[in-house]
Amino acid sequence: MPGIGHEGLAQVACAFMAFCFQKLYERVNFMHIPDGFLDVKTIATTAAISAYAIKKDVEKTRKILGDRDIPVMGVMAAFIFAAQMVNFPIMAGTSGHLLGAALATALMGPYSAGLVITTVLIVQCIFFQDGGLLALGANILNMAVVAPMVAYFIIAAMKRNFHFSGVDTVAIFAASWLSVVTASVFASLELALSGTVALKAVLAPMVSIHALIGVGEGLITVAAVAYIGKVLNIKPDEGSRYFSTDAESMNGGGSAK
Amino acid sequence: MKSWKTILFLSLLVAFILSPFASPHPDGLERVAENLSFAEKATSALAFSPMPDYTVPGISNEKISTATAGIIGTSVAFAAVFLAAKALKRGEARD
Repeated sequence: MPGIGHEGLAQVACAFMAFCFQKLYERVNFMHIPDGFLDVKTIATTAAISAYAIKKDVEKTRKILGDRDIPVMGVMAAFIFAAQMVNFPIMAGTSGHLLGAALATALMGPYSAGLVITTVLIVQCIFFQDGGLLALGANILNMAVVAPMVAYFIIAAMKRNFHFSGVDTVAIFAASWLSVVTASVFASLELALSGTVALKAVLAPMVSIHALIGVGEGLITVAAVAYIGKVLNIKPDEGSRYFSTDAESMNGGGSAK
Repeated sequence: MKSWKTILFLSLLVAFILSPFASPHPDGLERVAENLSFAEKATSALAFSPMPDYTVPGISNEKISTATAGIIGTSVAFAAVFLAAKALKRGEARD
């Protein structure tokens, strides 16, 4: 009898192992980088950079977080999650969807935006199998760290240097477009670094497709910033409350050196 | 209605009404991966995911399944960030 017992146990264990590992051999659909595309060094490097960035996001957000900002951050996550599900056609057989980095950055600054998008990516990874668990660090780096920073610098630089009417709209469009394209460059670099595909093969198609998706990103973001900003009563000046705080601390850090 | 609730409602509406009618074609990354034939490498290290591919298992109608997944995901994203931000604020108060 003990023999049969062990056999039964072994069968259960085997079935469990098979269940756990079947996904490793199953092709999955994805919008973000899935598992299987990145090698160990890329996974480790991107995870480390993202972990550091999230720590910074938490510290910076803590400083500016008012009671009123708490539900605002929540609804930004809700909106970005929902909008990312709505793929729009960009050319025959290919779609794109909102990233939301410039949207969140324009309304909340880059650090809160980073936290919001990081959370959306974690929810998508765990609940919806979109974006690999091991690739989470890379996806966070591209979309929740690099993209908000690019959006922030474009918006801040354009507001500082240009003063024509409508500069806000132009800055938000430019920030949206460049944040998406830069994220696609980073994804290409990670894929190439992992040996999954040659950089010279992947870079041009990634950038050209995302240059088109970036136009959609820009149009949606301009409309969404205007509408959401109005409903949430975030005035352009108040949007820059987050910006001036960031700029001051950045300038302060720069001059101290 | 408090203003943030309007945006939450709008988000749920987008998830429920628009997501079932999203373009079914692969997005930028998946298109490139297919064209350069490394899409086959796409796997998941997670043994289990409750709603793979933004569908709720057990709901056979594809559009309703996607819409339901959209409502759940939007709510979870809101709740996760709301609670995280609240915890952050509490932590700040203690400091």
